[in-house]
Amino acid sequence: MRATSEGGADLVQLLTPEGQRVSHPDFDIDITDEQLRGMYRDMVLVRRADREGNALQRQGQLGIWVPLLGQEAAQIGAGRAMRPQDMAFPSYREHGVAWCRGIDPTELLGIFRGTDHGSWDPNETGMSLYTIVIGNQCVNATGYAMGQKFEGKVGNSGDDPASNEATMVFFGDGATSQGDVHEGMVWASVYDAPVVFFCQNNQWAISEPTERQSRVPLYERAKGYGFPGIRVDGNDVLATLAVSQWAMNEARQGNGPLLIEAFTYRMDAHTTSDDATRYRLDDELEAWKLKDPIERLRAHLLREEIADQEFFDRVDSEADELAARFREFCVNMPEPPPERMFSAVYAEESPVVAAQREDYLNYLAGFADSGHDTEGSVR
Amino acid sequence: MAAPTMESTGSSTTPTQTITIAKGLNNALRNAMERDPKVLVMGEDVGKLGGVFRVTDGLQKDFGEHRVLDTPLAESGIIGTAIGLAMRGFRPVCEIQFDGFIFPGFDQIVSQLSKMHYRSQGKVKVPLVIRVPFGGGIGAVEHHSESPESLFAHVAGLKVVSCSNPVDAYWMLQQAIESDDPVLFFEPKRRYWEKAELDPTAEHLPLVSSAVLRTGSDVTVATYGPMVKTCMDAATAAEEDGNDVEVVDLRSLSPLDLGPVAESVRRTGRLVVVSESPPESSVTSEVATRIQQECFYSLEAPVLRVNGFDTPYPPSKLEEGYLPDLDRVLDAVDRSLAY
Repeated sequence: MRATSEGGADLVQLLTPEGQRVSHPDFDIDITDEQLRGMYRDMVLVRRADREGNALQRQGQLGIWVPLLGQEAAQIGAGRAMRPQDMAFPSYREHGVAWCRGIDPTELLGIFRGTDHGSWDPNETGMSLYTIVIGNQCVNATGYAMGQKFEGKVGNSGDDPASNEATMVFFGDGATSQGDVHEGMVWASVYDAPVVFFCQNNQWAISEPTERQSRVPLYERAKGYGFPGIRVDGNDVLATLAVSQWAMNEARQGNGPLLIEAFTYRMDAHTTSDDATRYRLDDELEAWKLKDPIERLRAHLLREEIADQEFFDRVDSEADELAARFREFCVNMPEPPPERMFSAVYAEESPVVAAQREDYLNYLAGFADSGHDTEGSVR
Repeated sequence: MAAPTMESTGSSTTPTQTITIAKGLNNALRNAMERDPKVLVMGEDVGKLGGVFRVTDGLQKDFGEHRVLDTPLAESGIIGTAIGLAMRGFRPVCEIQFDGFIFPGFDQIVSQLSKMHYRSQGKVKVPLVIRVPFGGGIGAVEHHSESPESLFAHVAGLKVVSCSNPVDAYWMLQQAIESDDPVLFFEPKRRYWEKAELDPTAEHLPLVSSAVLRTGSDVTVATYGPMVKTCMDAATAAEEDGNDVEVVDLRSLSPLDLGPVAESVRRTGRLVVVSESPPESSVTSEVATRIQQECFYSLEAPVLRVNGFDTPYPPSKLEEGYLPDLDRVLDAVDRSLAY
């Protein structure tokens, strides 16, 4: 169970750290070369945006950034197992899942620059906004999945099985200690909700290791709720995709919830405010570097001659373009106007909030009359 | 603020009937469920049992287990899954069994429910009602008699309302369910069996509006929920002393409609605010602050308050002393008049 362990005998793996394809009795997968190259591209681009986010924070352009480094395979594998009609409920590190839901990385920036709380439309993208309170989203996701079931979007065969839906909820190993994760699993179980609980066990909840959260492997907890739990190599995008596709199909077919524990590693700090050198050893980091999800797929693509140097160069140059666009978008984001503070507090406007907005805007207008710079006064 | 206008009720021909608050709420749920198949009722024991106060009596029988959900016993789960259902387009009405049991769900209410609309700038609506039987006077054990409404009135993004009579119970709950905002609906549990005439065709007030229940020229009393009856009784008793008390039922605690209170205070020059909750940083604090700001030159006396105390709710043998009663309200009226 320690961070440097191999994840145990039950770990589902389809690509070794050296990039060699191995088989698994339950989770074989049909995948085209194009899909494999696509997932490589996904991971490289997402990592590049993530590294740019870290750099922008260091340069004072973002208040904070939550790094994804090391978890690309877990998120791309899970994200690519979702269909457009499915729903994702993220925590706050799910930049790779957002990417798979068609959310441009620039849409993440407002959250960390402080201009908004997430700008994408959950209804259009099939992904709820980031949830910062640990574990809250697990019950919300289960409720949403209950709704999918109540609407008859589960277990349809015959004419249109493709119309079936499921929900996937993302949380970390630390979240498994929260009551809401437990309650989400209880509700999911008793209502047979089509929800897949996707736990990214990145070994650390800020400075607290997994053994501070559980004395059994996390995937084994599912048994107590009465549904399957499975541990997958979260640095193996192929295995994560295979297990996630299986789980989402089970849920869509009406067979109830599942728990996936993606055994992975957070290669960077918890956030840019964290100092991971205070609590973890270099040895551990070095051991996990050898399991890097991108290098692993790259080795496989080369070994099997699925991609050539031209492909890798093209992806790298695409990553450069994304990074430049990401940076430019960030530094040019407009400051929200002061009235934005009062906007959409309620669906039906509160007279109390309306009066406060009017008072505040009048107050600011007073500075304009006296020749003061109102822009400078509202920060 | 302009006086609220009455809402039209359509052309229902249902005759006037005598109902209790509990029945008014039951009828409201029934109407809402009949009108909109997306309305769900969920909570502990709301199905077969009909709720511990029988407010949801008969609904599961008529609407089925997918419309009236007997849930596992965990408040964060009830409210949290209801949020997910609301995001999916349902309109859940959650029942919290007793006031003191809402706190396991507090995180979901404050961290998620209240903020979804703002966070998404209106892209996500969470039309969710949480019904909370609240207040004391029933001789119950700990956690069954509390008045936590001020905690929720303090939270931006929530509407907090409380009915005091069967007619309001009937209309306000239907309005709360129709609202696209999350509503905390506080029900005066010890008044569940109070009766009144309900004419479903009569006009009624909008959800966010206070109501002058009794006019008077000497002192204004503003209150809500279970204390409304106490204050109305006190006003009747005050007549014997020759004091003419006006009573305003606040109804909506957040947002507050203080227009009728201010208008009243400008005439009477005196205000007493009454509730069962602990007084510090409460709805009564808010009313007192805003009225003294708005009506400073009309006031003949400081705004006085009659509340429970800043103690945890006491053992039930002491609740008679804790809860404001007719005498404590009259005492405050006298003190106000003595200035």
